[in-house]
Parts: sequence; structure tokens; C-alpha cells
Amino acid sequence: MSKEKLEYLINRNDNQYEVVIGLEVHAQVLSQSKLFSTSATKFGAEPNTQVSLVDAAFPGMLPVINEFCVKQAIKTGIGLKAKINKRSVFDRKNYFYADLPQGYQISQFKDPIVGEGKVILDMPDGQKEVGIERLHLEQDAGKSIHDLDPKNTFVDLNRSGVALMEIVSKPDLRSPEEVNAYIKKLRSIMRYLGTCDGNMQEGSLRADVNVSVRKKGSKDFGTRCEIKNVNSIKFMQMAIEYEANRQVDLIEDGQTVDQETRLFDTKKNETRSMRSKEDAHDYRYFPDPDLLPLEVSDEFIDQLQLEIPELPDEKKKRFIDQFKLTPYEANIMVSDIETSNYFEDVVKKSDVKLATNWIIGELFAALNEKNLEITDSPISAGNLSKLINLIKDGTISGKIAKTVFEQMMEGDKDPKKIVEEKGLKQESDPKALEALIDKVIDSNRDKATEYKSGKVKLFGFFVGQVMKVSGGKANPQLVNEILKKKL
Amino acid sequence: MSDITKQTLSELVNNIKEKKLSSSEITQAFVDRSEKSKELNTYITEDFSNALDKAKKFDDNPKLDLKLPGIPMAVKDLFCTANVRTTAGSKILNNFVPTYESTVTQNIWNEGAILIGKLNCDEFAMGSSNETSFFGNVQNPIDKNLVPGGSSGGSSSAVAAQLTPITIGTDTGGSIRQPASFTGTVGLKPTYGSCSRYGIVAFASSLDQAGPMAQNVQDCALLQEVISSYDQKDSTSIDFKRNLYSKELTKDIKGKKIGIPKEYRVDGMPKEIDDLWQKGIEYAKDCGAEIIDISLPHTNYALPTYYIVAPAEASSNLARYDGVKYGFRADGENLIDMYEKTRSEGFGAEVQRRIMIGTYVLSSGYYDAYYLKAQKVRKLIKNDFDEAYKKVDAILTPSTPSSAFKIGEKTNDPVSMYLNDIFTVPVNLAGLPGISIPAGHDSKGYPLGLQIIGKAFDEQNILNIAYAMEEKINFKNKITDWWIK
Amino acid sequence: MSIDLKTIKHISKLSRISVDEKKAEKLASDLNSIFDFIEKLNELKTENVEPLTSVAETTLKLRPDEVKSKNLREQIIKNSPKDNEDYFVVPKVIE
Repeated sequence: MSKEKLEYLINRNDNQYEVVIGLEVHAQVLSQSKLFSTSATKFGAEPNTQVSLVDAAFPGMLPVINEFCVKQAIKTGIGLKAKINKRSVFDRKNYFYADLPQGYQISQFKDPIVGEGKVILDMPDGQKEVGIERLHLEQDAGKSIHDLDPKNTFVDLNRSGVALMEIVSKPDLRSPEEVNAYIKKLRSIMRYLGTCDGNMQEGSLRADVNVSVRKKGSKDFGTRCEIKNVNSIKFMQMAIEYEANRQVDLIEDGQTVDQETRLFDTKKNETRSMRSKEDAHDYRYFPDPDLLPLEVSDEFIDQLQLEIPELPDEKKKRFIDQFKLTPYEANIMVSDIETSNYFEDVVKKSDVKLATNWIIGELFAALNEKNLEITDSPISAGNLSKLINLIKDGTISGKIAKTVFEQMMEGDKDPKKIVEEKGLKQESDPKALEALIDKVIDSNRDKATEYKSGKVKLFGFFVGQVMKVSGGKANPQLVNEILKKKL
Repeated sequence: MSDITKQTLSELVNNIKEKKLSSSEITQAFVDRSEKSKELNTYITEDFSNALDKAKKFDDNPKLDLKLPGIPMAVKDLFCTANVRTTAGSKILNNFVPTYESTVTQNIWNEGAILIGKLNCDEFAMGSSNETSFFGNVQNPIDKNLVPGGSSGGSSSAVAAQLTPITIGTDTGGSIRQPASFTGTVGLKPTYGSCSRYGIVAFASSLDQAGPMAQNVQDCALLQEVISSYDQKDSTSIDFKRNLYSKELTKDIKGKKIGIPKEYRVDGMPKEIDDLWQKGIEYAKDCGAEIIDISLPHTNYALPTYYIVAPAEASSNLARYDGVKYGFRADGENLIDMYEKTRSEGFGAEVQRRIMIGTYVLSSGYYDAYYLKAQKVRKLIKNDFDEAYKKVDAILTPSTPSSAFKIGEKTNDPVSMYLNDIFTVPVNLAGLPGISIPAGHDSKGYPLGLQIIGKAFDEQNILNIAYAMEEKINFKNKITDWWIK
Repeated sequence: MSIDLKTIKHISKLSRISVDEKKAEKLASDLNSIFDFIEKLNELKTENVEPLTSVAETTLKLRPDEVKSKNLREQIIKNSPKDNEDYFVVPKVIE
């Protein structure tokens, strides 16, 4: 059954506008040292302690490229099902800014390392393919800190020279929801590959958002504005909404949209025009004469192909086929490589259906409450699967298991131990249960009679009593069976 | 031993190895002579007392198996020398003291040599007369008020005046060969990629090369052996098997084919230069070489090509001089104001001119017409040489279109100044090695040089040809010490 | 080919070098004579020629992913004109 297509449209008077969005995502490459220099890349170091002579652009310093960063870019390209360009060129992008010590950024302009590719999004109304235009390597800039001093800006060059992958999408996105899905998918792919940690709070992933609008049905593109450096998905969505509406208002008012660069003001929730840096756009790109063209062989690429792990799309298919998960469940399980690894560890030794429910239901809720990632889960996969097995083999009921689970969240204990220590084993001996049930029926003769004469609702009362008397440990299924027989 | 400073590098090295001279004696001699020669203005920074200390240390524990044991040497102020001020001849680096050493100079110190000072040069290596230096003009020891050439003017002057036994310069469009020709000395620009550019203040990255400037070919070969190395810190450094240039030096060039490019016979070429060239051809024949006429059809387009490519790369290389991290900073009301004032006050007129040219030829709308076009013509120029080298082993040309001119004579005419490099520039554009040797004098008695251009990585061959011809030419430099009172 | 004052002012902004009227006029005059000389290149037909970026006929050598430069802060900052041990200090940009 095909789902009805969901559309994000802006209505104004009698006109309907669709929004056309393209993203330029900047992803910091996971590597020990920087792209063209040998200083470290760790986040959060003391200012200017991860800066080499090359990073600070001292006279006579020269760039030397990091092989690992090249590999990371190619792997990402493979993950994006993109064309790997065996020959690519590094160009200088020339402009002046305090956090750009060279007075130019080494980037790739005409000949990037990766060409066209695609990303598949799983949207509620079906799959959507988003085209990738290209991916190239470039240097990150340092950080300008404006609020430490009223008259001066302080510059920290730790980030200057860190390798970035710039991933440019085709203008195929049409809504904030699609942008959300796209960023998450990109992030997931790179985390699977280990090429970028996708940590938006630390700035490892940021995006420039290109937004334009056009009347629904039109094939022409409207003038687009670029919203620079948005560092959270939520802000991207807000920025798109604001900007699209702003543009529609202009058009409806008979005005034209100026092509410009804008910033998203996170306090006012609006985009505003960047104070025009006059000729900031004339970057005077030319091939960097300190570097030669980069050439990689088929063997080099083939070797990297072997290192590619199972990616989200493939894993999702396999989870559906192998574990009979629903597409919804599979989506969740593969959204994150750590989650998928955890899931597979759990189902190695325990029931898939239970595992799925416990992970998606209980575990995620508990982790969210404590603001933890699955990698920091207090409950190991091994112990969760033990818990599930205890339910499966009848040692404890599902309800008791929740209590045990809570205990486990406080510190990774073996559920078997918890059950023993707290005496939580459920009572499954039919003889013992019969004895309990007889007792309960005896103490409630009048209600038993009422039940037998038709008041079926009282069944629950009896179940409750049995549970109470047994301290919650009676095996619910057996209680049901035996009660039915006895009443 | 008298007249230590009159000895060649090779003689000094021998004397040290044979313990006839100590490093302290040699260093003191060159320091003394340098002290007396301040009028030449060859030094930007003197490091004399440190040098004498190092000489003494060397003598206390001499390592005589090194190639330059205890030899004092001054170097062009474009090479970053650790803890010794490095200015590139500019106000913007007037107070800059690097904490690091260039690979080329490190190679020199590793072979036992001792730094005595940093030599004057055109600002950021941009110039052909050493008149753009923030630190003033350099005098050519040949005659008062004569330019020594440029940009390595301090270097050529110091070698000719024997204030240092040998030195290194850099050559982007002729900055080693032209001043060598003007001062009656030998200057070699190696193949691009032969010497590391790490630690050399960059001018035009695809053209710059460090090289030896010496009193004779043998000394030049020895220093080339020391400075040429593969360096992983320079991505344009080439890993090839380097000869032991001085050990393999030979005068036997019988059968070598030497090309004479007709396009180098330019319009208005002074008769003296043409005559010198003819003489050179005869000397080469005397040495047993075969002379072959060749054509390098795009020669006339080399200078315009160079004056697009070099300024373009320079405009980008000099963007780092912004007053933020090091060097001169002017006060500004805001960041842009600070940049503009710093760079306007910190850079001299020629540098600003070239930055503007470079920025313009890369700018939007002009890139294809200028920069891209120039890179295509550069390919044609390189192709010319590749074709020629199918027929010949080396090429012989004059080094410069004239002898040294007077200080101030060409400063108001940039184009006329640029024409100095007409014979040298094609060699940089093609990345080939070229050596200038003094070959005669003009009617004023000023030296004139001949240039031998080689195949890529074939320095040994042009050194050999130069060595053979040097003997035939038997050039005597006429230095009268006029500046020493 | 004529480089006018407007162009000079534009280039000077791009290259962050300030010019006053007098300087701009001199620059315009110098650049015009230099560009007259450069125009010679237009005599050549180059549509089918590949541009040459480097005479070094080899490709980029790749370096291993190792951290070699460790905490050079003192070295890096000591040359800077303003006195601050941790940061480079510059006048604010007007936004």
C-alpha cells in the first residue's frame, strides 16, 4: 500500500509555495593529526596548545597531506555510493580573517576527491533519494572569541587545519523533516564508517543551509539564500521555516529575493543578513602550488572498500530478513551503529522479539531519562540478554523483570544474582500455586459463588489476591490456568 | 697564512682538514673583512660574536670528515635561521626571530659550517637590483654605486667581495644567476624540487629554488652537494638520486651537444652580449662539445607569463603577513583597518605592486584571461625545452642583457627592471637547472655572464660544462677593495 | 586594457592594502604599463593546451597520521605583537 505523499508547503493568499533546500555539511574527519600538519585534533584542549608552525602560517612553512584523512574521505564517498575521483586537486581559497592564519584556506574547488552519490531517506510516506553533488577535503579554521574583551577578539588556532569533509547535497530536500532525516542519515553513515563522530555540540558536524522557494509545480529555481554555520538540527529546521516564509512574504509583496549570505540568530529565531563583507565572495581560487595533484590507485580504493563495514541500509535489510523485524523496528535499530551492535549482541543469546521490545521500549526510555547514550548504558548487552532469558524460561514474570531492570540500571549487575538476592523468582510450581489458590478461594467463598453465578469480572479480583498473597511472585499464566479450573 | 679571505672554499676546506688553518682563524678573517666592508651594506644581521664562539667550539672538537668543517658562511636573509633574526629584507619582518631552521641551512650546519650573518636582498625576493630592501641598497664591489643585481644582491656582493667564502641565495626568475653575472661570480639555480623549500620565506612557490653562489664552479658543486636533499616536509621536494656533484665534477665534456636557441638573440641586444655569447660558443667547441642550433619558439612569452604567475602566487603567499601572529603590526581601529595599515606600512612599493598584480590576475572575471592563460603558455615553454632536449644535452645563452647598471637607474621603470630577467625566467618556468658563470667584461670593465641550462635533475652535466668552460675562459674578477679605507 | 582607479580601489580592498588617491594613481599608472607588457600573451592560441600547475612531475606523497607537534604554544605565541600568553589578540571585526 503506497502512502500518501506528505508535502511541506507554504500557503499565502491563493498561492502555494514549495521550499527547495540544499545542504553543505561540514564534517570533521576523525584522525589523530590534522590534514596538512602534524598537530593533534582532540576537542577541548587548552587554547593554542594544538597548533604547529604550519597551522600558524609561519614564514617558510609548507603543507604535507595526511594519508589517513584521504582514506576517511574516500570511505565516506563509498558510504555515499559516490564516484571516487582518482585524481583531485587542492586549491587555495583566499580571504582574510583573524582565525585564518595563512590568509587562505586549502580546499578543493574544481576537482574534488569524491563526485556524485546519493543518500536514501526513510520518510513516513516512503523512501526518498537525496542526491549528493560532491565531497571534498578542506582545512577547518581557528576560533575567534569575541566576548572575552570589549575591544579585542581573541583567537585560538587549535581547530585551524583540522580536516573537514564538505558534503554538498543536490537541492533535493523539500522540508525541515527531510533535512532532519538527511542529517541523521549522513551522521549515521559516517559514524558507522568511523570517519566522523557527528557530534554537533562539539562542532564536528555543522551545515550551511541553502533555501529558496518557488510556486508549487514550477520547475525553475528561485533565488537562494545561504544560512551559514548552523550547528544543530533543530536550528536548521527553525532557520528553514523562518527563511522560507520570509522569502514568500517578499515575493507576495512584489519584491525580489536578494541572493545573500545570512546567519541564524538563535535568540530571536530569525535569519538576518550578514554585514556584507564587501568582496568576501571573490576567493580567487587557484591550485595550491605547494601541493601536487592527489592521485589514488584502484588498489588503494579497493583496499578501502574491504574496510567498509555493513552500512545502515544493508543492515536494515538484513535485520528485516534475518530477525524478522518490522521496517519501523529495523530503522530504529540501525540508526546508530552502537545500537545495532548492542542489539546483535543481545539477540546472540536471547529471544529476538523480547530483545526488540526491551531495547526499544524499556532501555531507550531509561537511557533518555538519564541522558545517556547506549555506549554508556549501565546494562551491558550480556546482562540484558540474561534478563530476557529469565523471562523466557519462566523464572520471572515480565512485571518482575521491570523491577530487576530498574536495579540493573543502577549498576550493571547480573540479573540472576538480583533475582536470587531479592528472592524474586516467580512461583511456578503448580502444587504450590494450587495450595495458594485454594487458600484464596477459601477466604473468599462468597465472591467465588458470585463469580460462578456470572460475575466474570471478579476473576481479576482473584488473580490480584493470589498475586498479593504470593508477594507478586506467582506465575501469572499458571495462576490463570489453575484459577479457571478451580472456579 | 696571509689573505685567508682570498682563498676559495675548496682551499679553505682543504686547509682545515690538513690542520693548516683553524676555524677560529678563518672565521676571524671573514669577520674582520666584513667589519671593514659595511659600506657595501651586504649584511642585514651580523652574528659575528656567536660565530666566533662556534668556531672556537669547533676547534676544541673538530670534525674534519664533514664537508664544510668549521667554514664560516653568511646566507641570504630569506632562509629562516633559528634564533637569528630573519627579515626577508622587509619592514614587516623586521623583528622576526624564527624558532626553527630551514632544511637547506640545516644541511649546511650539519656539515660543520658556521653562520656569520644574514645577507641583504630585495624585499621578499622581489627585485633585480637589491634596491627594494627595507634595509637599503647593496653596493656591487665591482664599482661604486653599481647595483649587485637581485634579489640575492647581498649574497652576490658578499661573495664577490670575499666577505664570506660562499653563500646560498634563492632564484625565482633569475635572482641567483643575474646577480652572479653582475658581480663576476658563479650562481646555480638547481632543478625545481632539488632543494627543499621548507623554512624559506616563500615568494612564488612553483618557481622558488635555493642555490649556491660561489667564486668558482668547484666550490659551487660542493655546496650543491650539501644543500640538495629530499625533504618530506616539502610536498614539492623530489626524491631522486643526487650525484656527489663535486666528486663527480669533470672537465671532460667531449661529445656533449650544446644548443644555441635563436630566440635568445633578442631585438636590440647589445653587441657586447652577442659577442660574449659567440665567444662562449667557441670555448664550448674548444672543450669538445658539439654546437647545435635549436629553437625555443615561446621564449618571448616567458617574461609576461612570469609576471602573471609569480605575482599571483606571491599575492597568496604574502597574505599571512597580517600583523596577527608575528612581525610588524600597525594600530587599527578594527580588524580590517589593522590589516590595511599593517600591510601598507609594512610592505614596500614593489611588493605592494606585485601583490596588486597578483590579486588582480586571480580575481573573478580575470582568472581565465590571465592566470589560466599564463599556466598554459608555461606548458608551451616547458614543451619547447622538452623538444630541444631530444636533440641536445644542454643549452648555452647569455645570463643577462647587460652588465650591472647604476643604482637608481631603473627604479622608476618597473618594466625596464623586469627585462633584466629575460634570459633567466624561462628556466624557472620550466623547472630546469641553470648556472651562470662569469665569461668576460663589457667596455666599462664590468663582468658579464654566460648561462648553461640543463635537463631536469642533470645538474652534474651543466656543472661539468661550466667547469670545463671556466678553465678556458680564465676569468679574473677585478675587485679593488675601493670601499675599504 | 585599462586599469582605472575604481579597479585599484577594489583590488586594494581584496588584498587588504590601503591606498590614498595619490598612491592609487601611481599604482594605476604602473599596473597599466605592466599589463600592456603582459598583453603580449594574447598573441598565442591556447585553447587546446593543458595548464601546467607544477613542473614537479610527480604526485602528492602521503604522510602517516601521527601527532608530532606537541604543545608549541610558547613558541607559537611568543612572536605575536600583543602580550597574551594563551591567545592571539586582534582588534574586533565590525559586524
